[in-house]
Amino acid sequence: MPQRKQPTLALPTEAEVSDPAARASAHSTRHLTTRQKRVFAGLALLLLAALALFLTWDVNGHWDFALPRRSEQVVALTVVGIAIATSTVVFQTLTANRILTPSIMGFDALYVLVATALVFLLGSATVARIDPLVMFAANTVLMMGCATALYRWILGNGERGLYTLILVGVVAGTFFSSLTNFMFRTMDPNEFDSLMSTLFASFNAIDTTLLGIGGAMLMVGIVAVFRMAGKLDVLSLGRERAITLGLDYHRTVTWLLLIIALLVSVSTALVGPITFLGLLVANLAYQLTRTHRHVINLAVASLVAIVALVAGQAILEHVLDHNGTLGSIINVVGGLYFIGLLLKEARS
Amino acid sequence: MITIDSLTKTYGDTTVVNHVDLQLPDSGVTSLIGPNGAGKSTLLSMVSRILGADAGHVSVEGVDVFKAPSKQVAKKLSILRQDAHTTARITVQELVEFGRYPHSHGRLTPECHAAVAEALEYCDLVDLAQRPIHQLSGGQRQRAYVAMVLAQDTRYVLLDEPLNNLDMVHATGLMRLLRRLADDKGKSIVLVLHDVNYASVYSDRIIAMRDGEVVHDGPPEAVISEHALGDVYGMEFSVHTVGGDRIAAYFR
Repeated sequence: MPQRKQPTLALPTEAEVSDPAARASAHSTRHLTTRQKRVFAGLALLLLAALALFLTWDVNGHWDFALPRRSEQVVALTVVGIAIATSTVVFQTLTANRILTPSIMGFDALYVLVATALVFLLGSATVARIDPLVMFAANTVLMMGCATALYRWILGNGERGLYTLILVGVVAGTFFSSLTNFMFRTMDPNEFDSLMSTLFASFNAIDTTLLGIGGAMLMVGIVAVFRMAGKLDVLSLGRERAITLGLDYHRTVTWLLLIIALLVSVSTALVGPITFLGLLVANLAYQLTRTHRHVINLAVASLVAIVALVAGQAILEHVLDHNGTLGSIINVVGGLYFIGLLLKEARS
Repeated sequence: MITIDSLTKTYGDTTVVNHVDLQLPDSGVTSLIGPNGAGKSTLLSMVSRILGADAGHVSVEGVDVFKAPSKQVAKKLSILRQDAHTTARITVQELVEFGRYPHSHGRLTPECHAAVAEALEYCDLVDLAQRPIHQLSGGQRQRAYVAMVLAQDTRYVLLDEPLNNLDMVHATGLMRLLRRLADDKGKSIVLVLHDVNYASVYSDRIIAMRDGEVVHDGPPEAVISEHALGDVYGMEFSVHTVGGDRIAAYFR
């Protein structure tokens, strides 16, 4: 698998192939280091192991029942893993730090708020007549508009400090949750009921009706991000250098925020909010790859996320016998890691 | 030529740059001097479109820096600022390759590789090319950023206090490098300096600012004088001629 992956990641340009001197001097940027090849190989092995474990454990001969159901779960976990990893890496480059994630800044909470407000305003009778896929699409479009406008304004010129952003994010997240709760309380019980079935997806109750459209949206987001990978690399030098190098900063940030909102919508619709997964996988990826190149970091972070989710879910279902949820485990581990990162940052 | 027309920046009630009109030449070394808060860095930031202006225009060879596509401006003008350095894990060579972004958008052409190699050579960084920038000393890192600007290969190179945190060995080395750039490659180097003597020795033209306005503008012989410096900084200077250079003393 890593051998197959390598050429697409490090395709030399025609000029490099035809010019040996250029090829020699290009080695530092266009090709994978030995370390990165090992990382890809290791993660591919881990992924295969996790998949084998998840798909074949304890089937007891009921293949025709277990396999389709489990495969669907794997696809959902993959979509969620890629969406969370990608949105986090992009957001961290945008905000020039490794602590903030879309979840910590309240993106998930905003999605839940938008979904709730839509049911609240339209009424459950109307909502019941609308195709869930259309509802999801409407949610996502609204979310992309709100999130981009709001966070564009919050991020400003990229000159606000890290702690200001964390504070604003925590306040925004709490505010969105409170508004959502307020609507729950004032809502008609029937409407509340219909909301619960769509909103409260989790790892144990993945909303698979949205898997098709969610997967399609993910593809759109991923293609867009990989097309912008070069711009993301430039952006990682900081706002001022990016502008000096001719990047249209304002436009690029707006596009990236739209993509992040799209990806957060996909993962939140499928499994609900998971606060700290992105933080864990993004930082693990940076430590593994030790590069600034987004093509590599995005791929590794996504692989780490898929491995973590599939292996975690397998262990949870078969070893721990459903005693606990993957979301809560991720939040405990990730929460501790988040506090650790904050303390480290405060000391340096 | 960079034409600055009535450029203004205000923060609250404080006008940092007040209707400045200037023309910066298309070659040679031009230094901006003046006390802290005179508006030198703000002026340079606006000229390089990193900071928006409240009023006025800047054009580089007829291209409006605020209105033209950022890409187009990036091929004419580059700036090196003293900002917090990047958190990205990159090597010196990768940093310098970023300088080619306006020309190649990440897909380096043979021409780009040549420019990168030349910039590394010019800044004496060949041996350090594969070192991560966060492992470099202050002087080395500064040279790496200069090499990046060099690889960008713009006619106009703006530098905001490039000598900050450099000892005299590295400061003099950098000034020589910039002088060579202007002489060999015909570039226009515009830099903010705090040390008036570096400005005196290396500049073709010195622009002195105070309270957001240009108060003196001319060759070193005109601006490095007891009268003009006293006027700019509000303290006493004694100016001596040492080996053909005008050196200002201000230590007592």
